[in-house]
Amino acid sequence: MSAVESHEQPIAIDAEEASRLRNERLERVGRWLFPLLIMAAAILAWDRICVWNEIPRYILPRPGEVLATLFQDAGILFSALAVTLRITFLSLALAVIGGVGLAILFTQSKWVEMSFFPFAVILQVTPIVAIFPLINIYVDDQTTKLLLCAWIVAFFPILSNTTLGLNSVDRNLLDLFKLNGANRWQTLWHLRLPASMPYFLGGLKIAGGLSLIGAVVAEFVAGASGQNSGLASRIIEAGYRLNAPRLFAALILISFTGIVIFLVLSWISHLILRRWHESALRRDH
Amino acid sequence: MELAVDAKVSNPGGTIMRPGQPQLYLRSVAKGFANGTVALENVNLTVRQGDFLSLLGPSGCGKSTALRLIAGLSTPTSGMIDWRGPAMGKNDIGFVFQEPTLMPWATVFNNVWLPLRLQGVSRAKAEPKVAEMLERVGLTGFETAMPRELSGGMKMRVSIARGLVTRPRVLLMDEPFAALDEITRFQLNHDLLSVWEQERFTVIFVTHSVFESVFLSSRIVIMAARPGRVFEEIDVNAPYPRDDSFRTSPEYGALCRRTSDILGQAMHANVVSRENA
Repeated sequence: MSAVESHEQPIAIDAEEASRLRNERLERVGRWLFPLLIMAAAILAWDRICVWNEIPRYILPRPGEVLATLFQDAGILFSALAVTLRITFLSLALAVIGGVGLAILFTQSKWVEMSFFPFAVILQVTPIVAIFPLINIYVDDQTTKLLLCAWIVAFFPILSNTTLGLNSVDRNLLDLFKLNGANRWQTLWHLRLPASMPYFLGGLKIAGGLSLIGAVVAEFVAGASGQNSGLASRIIEAGYRLNAPRLFAALILISFTGIVIFLVLSWISHLILRRWHESALRRDH
Repeated sequence: MELAVDAKVSNPGGTIMRPGQPQLYLRSVAKGFANGTVALENVNLTVRQGDFLSLLGPSGCGKSTALRLIAGLSTPTSGMIDWRGPAMGKNDIGFVFQEPTLMPWATVFNNVWLPLRLQGVSRAKAEPKVAEMLERVGLTGFETAMPRELSGGMKMRVSIARGLVTRPRVLLMDEPFAALDEITRFQLNHDLLSVWEQERFTVIFVTHSVFESVFLSSRIVIMAARPGRVFEEIDVNAPYPRDDSFRTSPEYGALCRRTSDILGQAMHANVVSRENA
């Protein structure tokens, strides 16, 4: 049952098992090694193309130069990153609160869900860039504008996933709760919320990336500048000045941030689900 | 019609179960659904305190519907579910489903604690009760295990412990062992009986296995399908405790044959009524 086979046992390994083990080991190394090799090859190719074709640095800078700019302009770039990150995490937090809150409201009554879900869909499918001019008219505060934009983009996956999760409860367990006289709050707390956890966490992973995208896009359309500006403004600025190395450096910083957000959220999700959910199970064979 | 099958069991030490006071009457109970299905029609049934009653029948005979009606999870279209004795409270009905139906995110302890927890019993107060139940079903030491770490049979034991932790007067079981392999099923049949023999709560056990119903029950209600109805009742007058020697005894064989014959008639009645229709 829960017994773990010990690998110390002196069992003769046949050819088939040996090759399976070898493949497994190769796969483990290859999973990291191959993408890194391809990446290194791509960067090398990039560098060579720049040199061989004598491409000017304001069109396509060499990778080394981009890296150097990343260090040289670290002060400007990282303070801009901090601004973008603040908007990203604030909007993600608001998306979690709003998405989960609305989802809980939806599951309290089918009527509420039927009545209001379409509006959430409308908000989601309308491109944020098209909504922004309106927000620009109605909202004065720059931070609030950006937050609102990023929130609109990020909250939907959390709302729709959590709603699905809250409704994906084992019917028999619901009967059991009913049989034991559970009230609405107990059913929510002990049954619906835990059951929706995998769905919520799936939505959170998507929303994490989207809130970064939302923050950057919002800044683009808001055209923020000055000390309060984030990475998007730096990119626009660098574009106007034909400062391609800084543009690339800012771009790399954004995608790196996106990757880190995704990894952190995946890790959180793994920590929460590892003891019980199928998705977190390690396959034995 | 009542049909008593007398079994001459050579077990002088055993006791023949005396039926207790009537605890539950189903009076002309019928249940129909909006799509035109008649799940139950004119079901009359008396359940006595301490009965181990099996509802046996082909699929579609409404045995699970009957169980849901008794549990109060559904209301009859007509007729009455008439409880006798002290009023039935939340604690008085335990339910065991066909699947273990455990919360996968909760430990074994928390799963068994659940019915008490929903009534506001703290972990500390619940601890001895949960521990005792886990001991009864042979799962002491598995308190912190997660459901997915357990085998199918062990999950079902957790489910039974959860059903019994409130000390219900009636335990309703809906084909609880149908998904288990035969060896595990025999073991669980045996263990369920020994818990029941100590406590003598009432069990209403839905099954489609003749062998299981004869082994476990003091009474078998055979049902026919379309519409679901009571076809015949059989008293199983074999003494408890029952163990493997009962399973291999000629009496058991005779009872199974008898039950099987009547089940055959119930299914035939169904075919005839369909042909006449």
